[in-house]
Amino acid sequence: MLTQTTPTPAPVTQRVPLVELRNIQVSFGGVRAVGGVSIDLYAGEVVGLVGGNGAGKSTLMRTLSGARPPDSGQIVINGQPVTIGNPRDAKALGIETIYQTLALADNLDAPANVFLGREVTAATTLDDAAMESATRKVIGRLNPNFKNFKAPVLRLSGGQRQAVAIARAIHFNARVLIMDEPTAALGPAETAQVHTLIRQLKSEGIGIFLVSHDIHDVFDLSERISVMYHGKLVGTVNKNDVTTDEVLGMIILGKPPTKLTQQDLAELHG
Amino acid sequence: MGVSVPTQAAPERGTQTRIGAAFAPAMSALRSLEVDTRLLGMLGALLLIWVGFNILSGGTFLSARNLWNLSVQSASIAIMATGMVLIIVSRNIDLSVGSMLGFLGYTMAMIQAVWIPNDLGFGHEQPLTWIITLVLGIALGALIGGLQGFVVAYGGVPSFIVTLGGLLVWRGLIFRYAQGQTIAPMESTFQMLGGGTVGTRVGALGEWPSWTLGIVLCLAIVYLQISSRRRRRRYAFPVRPLWAEGLVGAVSCGIVLGVVWVANSYPLPVNVALQYAEEHGITVPPGGLFIPTGVAFPVLIMLIVTLVVTFLATRRRFGRYVYAIGGNPDAAALAGINVRRTIMLTFALMGSLAAISAAVQTARLNAAVTNLGVQNELDVISAAVIGGTSFSGGIGTVPGAILGAVVMQSLRSGMVLLLVDSPTQDIVVGLVLVVAVGLDTFVRRGVR
Repeated sequence: MLTQTTPTPAPVTQRVPLVELRNIQVSFGGVRAVGGVSIDLYAGEVVGLVGGNGAGKSTLMRTLSGARPPDSGQIVINGQPVTIGNPRDAKALGIETIYQTLALADNLDAPANVFLGREVTAATTLDDAAMESATRKVIGRLNPNFKNFKAPVLRLSGGQRQAVAIARAIHFNARVLIMDEPTAALGPAETAQVHTLIRQLKSEGIGIFLVSHDIHDVFDLSERISVMYHGKLVGTVNKNDVTTDEVLGMIILGKPPTKLTQQDLAELHG
Repeated sequence: MGVSVPTQAAPERGTQTRIGAAFAPAMSALRSLEVDTRLLGMLGALLLIWVGFNILSGGTFLSARNLWNLSVQSASIAIMATGMVLIIVSRNIDLSVGSMLGFLGYTMAMIQAVWIPNDLGFGHEQPLTWIITLVLGIALGALIGGLQGFVVAYGGVPSFIVTLGGLLVWRGLIFRYAQGQTIAPMESTFQMLGGGTVGTRVGALGEWPSWTLGIVLCLAIVYLQISSRRRRRRYAFPVRPLWAEGLVGAVSCGIVLGVVWVANSYPLPVNVALQYAEEHGITVPPGGLFIPTGVAFPVLIMLIVTLVVTFLATRRRFGRYVYAIGGNPDAAALAGINVRRTIMLTFALMGSLAAISAAVQTARLNAAVTNLGVQNELDVISAAVIGGTSFSGGIGTVPGAILGAVVMQSLRSGMVLLLVDSPTQDIVVGLVLVVAVGLDTFVRRGVR
């Protein structure tokens, strides 16, 4: 008789969020870029983070990726409060980021970029063959036509560069993925590829923050949508409870759907 | 005439593509060789310079004697140029290397000529003096280089300013504590580091050790080729065709053995050879005595430095980070690289290399003088830049810088042979520097 060792899964209502950002504040000089924002993310979920230019989306995400630690507020991962002081801390917690700029070293080849900061070594020397092999595998999953594993990424197309940046984020068993405008520089075919990938990663139980200007992308991919306006959170809504117009109202006017008047909606279309 | 211009333009473009087509097989052969075409181009330019000077000098330039001297003269600049590559690749500059070299040379001279023999009372010509001096010098070099690097990396002061300050400070300190005096002589074993002779001792490997060195290097080249092939095979990656592998190996070994052959073709000076024969009971044949000098110690030191710095640059995390920082400093920081520490270490490495060059130069002069290393920073930076290091960061190789140093020294030494005066030499070297970098930028833009 075998003993049952698997714990019964907790009911959905009691699930612990993968990430909780509590009352995060970030200021640059005297300017408050993010003023007391709280959002959360569950495993296997995509949360869209939207807002106009300068709303503070990217800055908020940078506190989670370790690029800019918050001035105050708390970051909680799986119920444990953590301190993320630099990108290394974030990666150790399984938080990976695909930056809008891609953050690639243009002069290095794809394997060097994928493993940057986490090189595979054999007897303390770089094991380039092992890194190339792993990179071929992970990029092959994203883009089977990718061939230039020895060329500096400078010579690659926009889509190929994107593939390198994504490969770097997913190769190290991320639990949380931050994607900042992942399709902004891509053509339709490549955008579709990224969408497929996001759905696949979601089904693997990875939590994804999707930062985007494109409201259709966000509606397409996310379960919940958090809207920011001038450094504040307007609100977090369930995709199925709102219309695109209501979300646009949140983005442009900074008002939650309940406070949105008919006149406001008319102005949006005006 | 004016009318014919537009009609001429079209056929011209046609010829270009035809020439391109004619080159296509050659280009694809080059590609399968997987060699650095820029390095190849520089080797070609060097060959051109050598043959040109040889014709103009009536065969003197390519004599074993001149080439041996050329190798020794290039060594001290080449040693520092390897470190300068990493500094410039990470988007910094070190203007202080000449003054650091002077300061470190002076300190090493004081250690062996004054402090150990007089102040500590151990006397002159102690067996360990040379190595203690060298180790202390290198440690001090790493310290003062690292200090400058600390101010650059953690203080946020631009490296141009910090090392410009260093250029003045280290030179000023020499004058302060030397008060215009020349420190001499150097300890006799230490003098060997400069490649000169003391009595019958010669600062070179001699015939058979030189050949052994050459053969060991050839075996190492072949071993590296085989192990890299095996590794790529294991992962089922494409490998070079065998003929290409063989050609690369053969040419590399050919160059190594060629250098040894030239070094062994240069005989010891007559009086040294005669004294040597007398001491070893060799009867001098009627045609005169030919004792090969072999690879000079400064060249041997340069070789070791090149191997070590190349290893650091290409096989270690440190080097990978230096190139990543040069390519995109923000990306490097976001990848979790400790950018500041890496930058500081490049300056510390530069300082220790300046110490090694200082040892070579003081040993060669058999003295430390107050203007030791003056303007060396310009030669070192020129060597790195002629060797393909880009000021926009992220691009540059150690072997390229070595070649750059040899190109610079070849120009100077060739012009000396042709009795060109020193102002004209400066004008030529200056023009070559600008033209070389201009050409390189032009070609690179074309490739992109």
